[in-house]
Amino acid sequence: MRLLPFCFSALVTVLLLFILSRPIGNKVPMPLGNFLSPQTGFWQNAEDTAFDYNMDLLQSDLKGNARVYFDERLVPHVFAENDEDLYFIQGYLHARFRLFQMDLQTKAAEGRASEIAGPAAINYDKEQRRLGMKFAAENTLKEIEKDKEALARYTSYTKGINAYINTLTQSTLPLEYKILNFKPEQWSNLRTMLLLKMMAKMLSSGTENDLENTTLRTILSPTQLALLYPQVNDSLVPIIPKGTLFTEPMRKHTLPANVDSVYFSNPRAVVANEKYPEDKDNGSNNWVVAGNKTASGAPILCNDPHLELSLPSIWYEMQLSTPTSNAYGATLPGSPFVIIGFNDNIAWGVTNSQRDVKDYYAIKFKDHLKKEYWFDSAWKPAQQRVEEIKIKGQASVFDTVSYTIFGPVIYDAAYADTVAHQAALAVKWTAHHTSDDGSTFYKLNRAANYNEYVDAIKSFECPGQNFVFASKTGDIAIWQQGKFPDRWQGQGQYVMPGQDSSYLWQGYIPQNENPHALNPERGFLESANQRPVDGTYPYFIPGTYITPRGIAIEHFLSRMNSISVQNMMQLQNNYYNILANDMLPVFLEHTDEAALTTEAKKYLGIIKQWNFDAGPTSVGQTVYQFWLDSLQRNIWVDELKAAGTQVPIPGEQTLMELLKIDSTLLNFVDDKNTPQLETLTFQVTKALNSAAAMLAISEKDGKLEWAKFKEPAIYHLLKSNLPSFAREHLPVGGAGSVINAIKKVMGQAGAWWFN
Amino acid sequence: MKFFISIITIGILSFIIGLYAPWWSLAIVAFVVALFINQQPFSSFLSGFLGVFILWLLLALFINAANDSILANRIGGMFGIGQSSILLAFISAFVGGLVAGFAALSASYLRTKK
Repeated sequence: MRLLPFCFSALVTVLLLFILSRPIGNKVPMPLGNFLSPQTGFWQNAEDTAFDYNMDLLQSDLKGNARVYFDERLVPHVFAENDEDLYFIQGYLHARFRLFQMDLQTKAAEGRASEIAGPAAINYDKEQRRLGMKFAAENTLKEIEKDKEALARYTSYTKGINAYINTLTQSTLPLEYKILNFKPEQWSNLRTMLLLKMMAKMLSSGTENDLENTTLRTILSPTQLALLYPQVNDSLVPIIPKGTLFTEPMRKHTLPANVDSVYFSNPRAVVANEKYPEDKDNGSNNWVVAGNKTASGAPILCNDPHLELSLPSIWYEMQLSTPTSNAYGATLPGSPFVIIGFNDNIAWGVTNSQRDVKDYYAIKFKDHLKKEYWFDSAWKPAQQRVEEIKIKGQASVFDTVSYTIFGPVIYDAAYADTVAHQAALAVKWTAHHTSDDGSTFYKLNRAANYNEYVDAIKSFECPGQNFVFASKTGDIAIWQQGKFPDRWQGQGQYVMPGQDSSYLWQGYIPQNENPHALNPERGFLESANQRPVDGTYPYFIPGTYITPRGIAIEHFLSRMNSISVQNMMQLQNNYYNILANDMLPVFLEHTDEAALTTEAKKYLGIIKQWNFDAGPTSVGQTVYQFWLDSLQRNIWVDELKAAGTQVPIPGEQTLMELLKIDSTLLNFVDDKNTPQLETLTFQVTKALNSAAAMLAISEKDGKLEWAKFKEPAIYHLLKSNLPSFAREHLPVGGAGSVINAIKKVMGQAGAWWFN
Repeated sequence: MKFFISIITIGILSFIIGLYAPWWSLAIVAFVVALFINQQPFSSFLSGFLGVFILWLLLALFINAANDSILANRIGGMFGIGQSSILLAFISAFVGGLVAGFAALSASYLRTKK
């Protein structure tokens, strides 16, 4: 033996094995040896492009015979003999194609992202736990456990997922587990509930501005607030056709005795801000046209859910069939049933209601232990949950969350930027206590007519949805369905006093008083996240409504006849910027052409020729967007900066409405930082000049066409950590206020996965 | 002759054992084979290296061809070497080969007389 060379080469071998068996910093989070091995690593995930998935499903856990057929787009069509097998197979297939997505979403829901992402996600996890996400999922599961049949369906689904997980080996592990170096965890019914709560958060947690409103109230008068952030936009085209009569409300509420002194006229600045707010523009379109407006004589139903586009998609298309049911459509990996789709008799779709179902209450704790809080003239004990946040590569962090009669205390001295001398904030949210919302879809998958559709949806609570409906027999309908608090005028618009039971929600709007319409004379119904009803609806229903898309859809549908499916597909991709059509005349009227720069004159010429098409090659849309952004800055920033924290600027729709009737915009047009009085003409002209300077730079970069400027992209779930998995520079137009609502950039938030 | 037999034995055994054992089993395979088939240190290293290098390269290229380079191009992007699936196959094979080479070299030194 040659001792020295042996020791040297043995050491090199061991060292190589050592280096290749563990992550190397944040850039290489995976053990390279395993990852690069063609027998166990990522190469094993590179599937044969001609792979036959039909061979892939051979499970011995089934009760009866079952068949899965993948069509040419790889959409699975499942045929089972009973529900148990059906949802077992759905769970198996969801896991087979989307396991990492399901795992990631439910871990994030539960506040366990740090286990995958490391210390960068600690605050995200704290916020999830303080919002009570797991608490909410547990409450819903308790409700489901009271219903044996429903529980059996969820359990079959869970078993199907676990059956797939149990087949996994190091080489068949989904790619992302190999990249991030962890293993999937067994599924459970609770995780299905967590997934549904993640949807509830996405769609009903960001639909309020209570904290921002509370801050705004310190710098704006009640009149200004009401005009700049109106409950009902003048140009609103509601979901329920105008002129519909609403019955006298069944419920009556009482105002708290001290509401004026304690609530309305007690401006209290709030420093807390949600660190991970949901996108308030998460919205969708759906509509239905009756047979008398279609070429075939049968109703046509359309739905375009605008949730964040990601790779893989949030949706998974399937057919689920048994001898007694046959549903086809979009499913949600992590949950059983078809969520949006059709069966042999009906079709249905959903858009988000945008209703505010989440309020904040200022809590007064006895001391820093947060074990007692002042409520109805006594110290009341708070339940406490000690949250252990496990962190990849680091010791756990602990956080204590107190639960009050309102709900969990989301902000206090231990979390977020609430200053110490201020009351803690508890959050009350309908998602904390819901019944079995998932079973609405089980029933919809089997509903055969209008009555069965109403029966299916009436127990649905959160997130409130606009359920559009059509039946083969010719009925069309829409219900805005959810569990919505019956608020007194102004209740929950701002942070509410939390020391007094009179500020609690006094009840919920009765289900049969939820806005709805059946077979209207005009022959169509639509929803696009706008306020569901006009001002005559007898309840106070705040929310983050989006007005323009509804106006545009109504504009087209009311003019269309002999509609074909092709026409409807075109309308879903429509690029008409109806709001710009209303706004631009105001801009042009107040442009002082003599005061424009040469560049500005050129862009003015372009926008004067614009046909309000916001398609990918539109230059007018780019000019409009720059001009609008610039004007909004000129008008709002000088005043709203005083809030000292991020507050939403008044909407584009509201700006347009106000400018048409008041060119001083309640004096907001004036720049209050200068001694002289600026006019609207001054500001509009100045805005175009500064927009032109930026446009010229964009043009030099070859980015004047709308799609080239906004560069829409769809990212992998791990976002900017995996740019090579994204589809970038998509040649699509659209904007938030356009029917085809693809925005500037999708999915840039949350770039924290590898730190 | 020993040289080629070594390469082929290491390649085949690494493949078979790699079906059931973790990736690092190739180090043991190369070590044991080099113990039994004694060669000069450099030849041992080279047969260990080539045995696994060729195996991994062929496997990776074969998988990559069936996959139309879809995934490997993206993984290449992730590692910052661009959309070069072939390069990634060579890098993978080189890493595997290096480990096997040094394992075989160690065995060779163990058996070589002073």
